[in-house]
Amino acid sequence: MDQFLQHLVNAMVLGGAYALLGIGLTLIFGIMNVVNFTHGALYTFGAYAMYLASTALGMNFFLALPFAIVAGLALGALLELTLLRPLRGADIDTTMLVMIGAGIILQSGTLWIFGGVAKAIPSPFPDAPLQFAGVSISWLRLFVLLAAAALIALAYAMINGTRLGRAMRATFQDADTAALMGVNVRLIYTATFALGSSFAAAAGALLGPVYVVFPQMGDLAAVKAFAIVILGGLGSIAGATIGGFVLALAEEFGAGYVSSGYRDAMGFLIIIAVLLMKPTGLFARAERVG
Amino acid sequence: MTRYLPPVVLVVLALLPLGLKDPYLLNALITGGIFTIGAISLNLLLGYTGQLSLGHIAFFGIGAYASALTALGFDVGLFGDVRVIHEGWHPFIGFLVAIVVSGFFGYVVGRLSFRVRGAYFVIVTICFAEVVRLVALNWIELTQGPLALTSIPQMKLGFPGLGELTLRTKVQNYYLMLGVATLAYLVVARLVHSRFGRAMRGLKENEQLAMSVGVNATKTLTVAATFSAAIAGAAGSLYAHYFRIIDPDVFLFAYTVTMVIMVVSGGKGALAGPVIGGLIFGTLPVALRPYMAPEAQWIVYGAVLILILFLMPRGIAPYVDDWFAARRARRAHGAAPAAKPQLEGQR
Repeated sequence: MDQFLQHLVNAMVLGGAYALLGIGLTLIFGIMNVVNFTHGALYTFGAYAMYLASTALGMNFFLALPFAIVAGLALGALLELTLLRPLRGADIDTTMLVMIGAGIILQSGTLWIFGGVAKAIPSPFPDAPLQFAGVSISWLRLFVLLAAAALIALAYAMINGTRLGRAMRATFQDADTAALMGVNVRLIYTATFALGSSFAAAAGALLGPVYVVFPQMGDLAAVKAFAIVILGGLGSIAGATIGGFVLALAEEFGAGYVSSGYRDAMGFLIIIAVLLMKPTGLFARAERVG
Repeated sequence: MTRYLPPVVLVVLALLPLGLKDPYLLNALITGGIFTIGAISLNLLLGYTGQLSLGHIAFFGIGAYASALTALGFDVGLFGDVRVIHEGWHPFIGFLVAIVVSGFFGYVVGRLSFRVRGAYFVIVTICFAEVVRLVALNWIELTQGPLALTSIPQMKLGFPGLGELTLRTKVQNYYLMLGVATLAYLVVARLVHSRFGRAMRGLKENEQLAMSVGVNATKTLTVAATFSAAIAGAAGSLYAHYFRIIDPDVFLFAYTVTMVIMVVSGGKGALAGPVIGGLIFGTLPVALRPYMAPEAQWIVYGAVLILILFLMPRGIAPYVDDWFAARRARRAHGAAPAAKPQLEGQR
């Protein structure tokens, strides 16, 4: 039973970061109809921004986190302005391939600048874990869980409660009509991509200190983000949130009770199963799927 | 004119090793050629049916492992006391097994994933490749996992009356690659120009319209996926017997990207496309190596991919076609401006 609870707690920590990854990707797909292949690179970018800020720049850990998120926001905006804006109206395969190219450049650039050796981000938390009812959780992981939950709540508040969020939802439903109603759709696209990117960077910055930071860390993260988004239905934010936790639970319990070698395969098996039974994803309304 | 181009290119490529003695260059050509075969197979799916398969390296890798394991032999426990023991066979049988096994996986993946299109299909194929990579990494009894399969025998070819030839040198392997590449090209050309090829292109242009005139979408796409996977498996087999060592890294996404870049830059949906792309991106590493590190080369690859998509979204081959058509038109009409070239008919 203790072991079960322990897996559950671990899954919650992981699930928070996965949900962030998924929300970013699903936001971009839902509103822009772009499959963002730079998502993994942005996740890596967030982790390296965190690493740079807390080592070379000498920033406080709690300051480095928002720095990494803002850096992700800026990089996302740059990518959208230079690559996606000129390609508006191009077919989905073209934008996909362009994003793959951009992802390669970002990943190889990281490898070139920082080298292939994994880096550790220093954590300000005590090493001794928190013990509670037979379950132990490190302070760092607890912080990751809380920060992820706060960011997810922020995302919901922003999308449901602000003018920008309303404009984004309007664009999501019908970009042309939104434009007729005075929404600056071009600006919304840039904002969406920047926000989605900042979520990926946030996930990287949060999980970076838990594990280690290396240039290829984004590869698996990207595929997991795809898994989460398919599970929740492309374009569904609630679906991505739930999908993130479902994937984390499947990985954690799969690794704990089945085989740890196939931990990372859980997500893909989930995708394959979901697509066989309900190709639109578990939480998407039919008309949302492109 | 464009009709004579493929045989001319083939002759030039066949004569190349006579003047080329640098083993490094030959190695680059063989490696590039093997991936070009993969690109030719990818073009069948991406170019002619319009389905972007980003897990294509899975079929290549499955072919590599199937061929290597057939030639090396294995001893695996399945469940309980049941063990499958296989003594090594002739590597050429491995080559055939690779084609069959990869084709089978192409069929299964096609059957399962062509329920969905577009972004969903892309993601399913990526996931498939990742699952296969994880299996290769973790089924250590069969694949040796990260320790790699080593000492894979070199390819042997038997000739009736002439005995058997073991392909030891780079030149011999170059000709094997060239032979398989030519065969792959011809198979794809034959498929594309058949009734089946028209069905594929119909699905690409307008799926609902094609289905309304009686094209069975799932069946057509599945057959295309099966052929495509089988050819990729043949390329994987060549890879395994040439390098004589394979590890789960053959399933890396970067290799799929290499094939995609070859197809897209050369021209998807054109027979010559993957060949042109393969020649460019097969030799680009050689050209860039003295000047930059591998990481920087990948940055160049990414930049070239983006530039091509921005400047020549159809790839190079259609532009070559246009140029020849325009020249023909100039000759026919004196100095009159070129008529808008007919593209579809000549590919």
